[in-house]
Amino acid sequence: MSATLATVSYIGATILFILSLGGLSNPETSRRGNLYGIIGMTIAVLATVFGPNVTAAGIPWVVGAMLVGGSIGIYASRVVKMTQMPELVALMHSLVGLAAMLVGFANYIDPAAAGTFKGAEKTIHEVEIYLGILIGAVTFSGSLIAFGKLSAKISGKPMLLPGRHWLNLVGLLVVIWFGWRFINSHTVADGMTPLVVMSVIALLFGIHMVMAIGGADMPVVISMLNSYSGWAAAATGFMLSNDLLIVTGALVGSSGAILSYIMCRAMNRHFISVIAGGFGTGGGAPVPAGGAQPAGEVVPILAAETAELLREAKNVIIVPGYGMAVAQAQHAVYEITKHLREKGVNVRFGIHPVAGRMPGHMNVLLAEARVPYDIVLEMDELNADFPQTDVAMVIGANDIVNPSAQEDPASPIAGMPVLEVWKAKTSIVMKRSMASGYAGVDNPLFYKDNNRMLFGDAKKMLDEVLAALKA
Amino acid sequence: MSQVIGVPRETAAGEKRVATVPEVVQKLIKLGFKVAVQSGAGDAANFSDEAYRAAGAEIVADPAALWRAADIVFKVRAPSAEEIGLMREGGTLVSFIWPAQNPELLKQLAAKKATVLAMDSVPRISRAQKLDALSSMANIAGYRAVIEAAHHFGRFFTGQITAAGKVPPAKVFVIGAGVAGLAAIGTAAGLGAIVRANDTRPEVGDQVKSMGGEFVTVDYQEEGSGVGGYAKVMSPGFLKAQAEVFAKQAKDVDIIITTALIPGKPAPRLISADMVKSMKPGSVIVDMAAEQGGNCELTVPHQVSVAHGVTIIGYSDLPSRLAKQSSTLYATNLFRLTEELCKTKDGIINVNMEDEVIRGTTVVKEGSITWPPPAPKLSAAPPAGAKPAAAPPAAKKGHGHGGTGAPSSAKSMTIMFAVAAVLFWFIGANAPAAFLNHFTVFVLACFVGYMVVWNVTPALHTPLMSVTNAISSIIAIGALVQVAPPIAGGGERPELWILGLAVAGIGLTAINMFGGFAVTQRMLEMFRK
Repeated sequence: MSATLATVSYIGATILFILSLGGLSNPETSRRGNLYGIIGMTIAVLATVFGPNVTAAGIPWVVGAMLVGGSIGIYASRVVKMTQMPELVALMHSLVGLAAMLVGFANYIDPAAAGTFKGAEKTIHEVEIYLGILIGAVTFSGSLIAFGKLSAKISGKPMLLPGRHWLNLVGLLVVIWFGWRFINSHTVADGMTPLVVMSVIALLFGIHMVMAIGGADMPVVISMLNSYSGWAAAATGFMLSNDLLIVTGALVGSSGAILSYIMCRAMNRHFISVIAGGFGTGGGAPVPAGGAQPAGEVVPILAAETAELLREAKNVIIVPGYGMAVAQAQHAVYEITKHLREKGVNVRFGIHPVAGRMPGHMNVLLAEARVPYDIVLEMDELNADFPQTDVAMVIGANDIVNPSAQEDPASPIAGMPVLEVWKAKTSIVMKRSMASGYAGVDNPLFYKDNNRMLFGDAKKMLDEVLAALKA
Repeated sequence: MSQVIGVPRETAAGEKRVATVPEVVQKLIKLGFKVAVQSGAGDAANFSDEAYRAAGAEIVADPAALWRAADIVFKVRAPSAEEIGLMREGGTLVSFIWPAQNPELLKQLAAKKATVLAMDSVPRISRAQKLDALSSMANIAGYRAVIEAAHHFGRFFTGQITAAGKVPPAKVFVIGAGVAGLAAIGTAAGLGAIVRANDTRPEVGDQVKSMGGEFVTVDYQEEGSGVGGYAKVMSPGFLKAQAEVFAKQAKDVDIIITTALIPGKPAPRLISADMVKSMKPGSVIVDMAAEQGGNCELTVPHQVSVAHGVTIIGYSDLPSRLAKQSSTLYATNLFRLTEELCKTKDGIINVNMEDEVIRGTTVVKEGSITWPPPAPKLSAAPPAGAKPAAAPPAAKKGHGHGGTGAPSSAKSMTIMFAVAAVLFWFIGANAPAAFLNHFTVFVLACFVGYMVVWNVTPALHTPLMSVTNAISSIIAIGALVQVAPPIAGGGERPELWILGLAVAGIGLTAINMFGGFAVTQRMLEMFRK
């Protein structure tokens, strides 16, 4: 295949990737979108393999690596549970990061790749390598930590080192200093030391950054890492003067950045403050010392009574949260929904943009349980409907239904848009205990007169509710 | 030593209610109290002495003995002079008191060194709703008002088309959409009548609609909401406009139910004799404000009268006419109050004047009059003046999804453009041409990504992430070109190292590539209608 043909194939692949992202804009075209992505990727890989840059000697290696990697990937995608999606995505991000590092190192030690550059071009090329490895390393270690946190191998609590902002600043200065030395080194051996030192610092920085971020901010982190993996690809594209890599990397990078922005806005927080880490650490103590303690009392309710309320309701809104994912309760939720809908109850789902641990997490779980997507609505779409709702059922969510976000300006989550479940005639909160959410803020909802608490494991309780409904 | 709650038989003429019911007796005993009920106290409300006894109460035949034995007395109506005479020095009394209308009564109770909690003075804050006896009684009264009206009205409420001819639905006009008014609206609408309602507080319009009524507005600009969600006295101009509306309604409707009350003031005169005269013969007026002077000029308090062919019901004991229901609700209100008074559940009350609810309810504390209480901290429905303060947090979420949000201020835009200009100048001045080509592509691609992704529905964020993740394995290309490139120049090349790194890179990205697309596919399969 000639070089021009390869380039044209790359343009085709680029268009397919754009169509792929565009196709995901609604559920009907989404499957086609994914197909575009697959075709685009196939074209890109084939054009490269049969293009001018790969000789026949390399093909067995390529096929071998692809087979091994591909089988692992497909196996992983088959066995992963939908509740583990965030972990899988985080883990995959780390792979992209690692690959970006490897490609960067390989490119640097390859004299054939670097030999042709002179003067400013050489400097730029070296900056590209340096940046590519840097971003790759941060993505790699950050994603691994995110994976650890999401799969509960590492505590979800933010780990805050003293003077962490200073640590980061020092790290940045050291990276810049070594970057300067790297550019001014003349041989590969000379440049290797700064490169390795920088990689280590970048890895540590990635760990440190994600360790400092609390569990509730995970959706932001995941989409941010997604964005990073894109930038890493773009940097690699610059390094290799490959437009396909640049375009695709930029597409992925900007889409991740936008998702992060959407998530941040959903929590009414600044991107910087999320990255700087620790919920509530910016404003004061996690529990507002001056804030009024919620008055009133908590009224518990039994599963049978919950079923009674649901049976008599005309309009029901279910608000799922991370607790539903943890308890694997989405199927029980679906059964109840199905039963109620057959009885003519208008059941809908209210999804907060940051519910769960990654953007759109709840939607995927409900889709897995076969809940039709047209009754799964966004917060903005149904927040105004709560006053006409008979029962609002909150399953394993806390901060996203916390009225103090609206009522208490001193609250750490003040101003965050929340689902106004307390405006329903009755709200039922399913929770394991009275513990506060990730934000560490007490929830006055629990003490409202029209609120009932159904304590227990969400799955077990919902099964009991279902049994009572059918009885 | 647990305290004794005494429940005497009501002595007021025609009063059928009783301050506790057997079900609540059990709950009170669980709180640690002993309960003594006067023999026959619940007869009029269909609660027998046996039922009380079975619930654990002691039945006392002699009222004097009961009052003597009781540490706390639960009553419905304010005590009469004789009852105050029976009361134990330093005892506690819980009942309706109406302190504003009965200053003399307060003095007598104070002379007894009593502690008195007035169920009509429960502050109107959300926490106190469960002990708001006024609301629970008003609810019953509203229901009963419609039933009384139906009883005196010679036609069906609901419209019917029968073999014997067409029956038009009754038209009911409710004045005052408080708790009683709303209950009346709901009941009348439930019977099938066409219900209209008016209130000086425009914000209750939605509540009227929610109960099945139609809100009739008075075309005159004046806010009628007073403190605590109650109405206030209106200006003469408004009253004139209001009278015109009422006169028009009076000619049209069959039944008028008036519930207009202003705290601490005589009931406003809303229905004049002329309006009554203009009504169709056989119409009914239920004046629920009869005890406070009546909303209708021709009302005879406590009685049913007929004027100009219109039946005017002036009963002041509507809740008592539904004695079993009202006793049960009132008893529950009292129980909730007892819970507040006895948080320790040891059968000993503590009148904690620091507690806002208890402070507001208590009108006499150990012989000193504590009425009126300081203004409540928070009104049930904040007056309109307070609303703008709450608005800003809500305004923040105004950003529509899919749009780019509110345009930034001119200043920040200028700064952004300036920074971008400097950056572009720097790159243009320093970078070689080859780099700029790539840079162009890069910047444009960022914008394309931005435009495309904005339209993605939030429900698909997870598949979007996993597909972009799969696409980011395009980095495999970087590894592919390094596996075995055609060697142009000579020179040392650490083949093995590069090959190893590149193959590892391909393997890793392949996991991502295949896994990413496969898992996205799996997810998308699940999205269905």
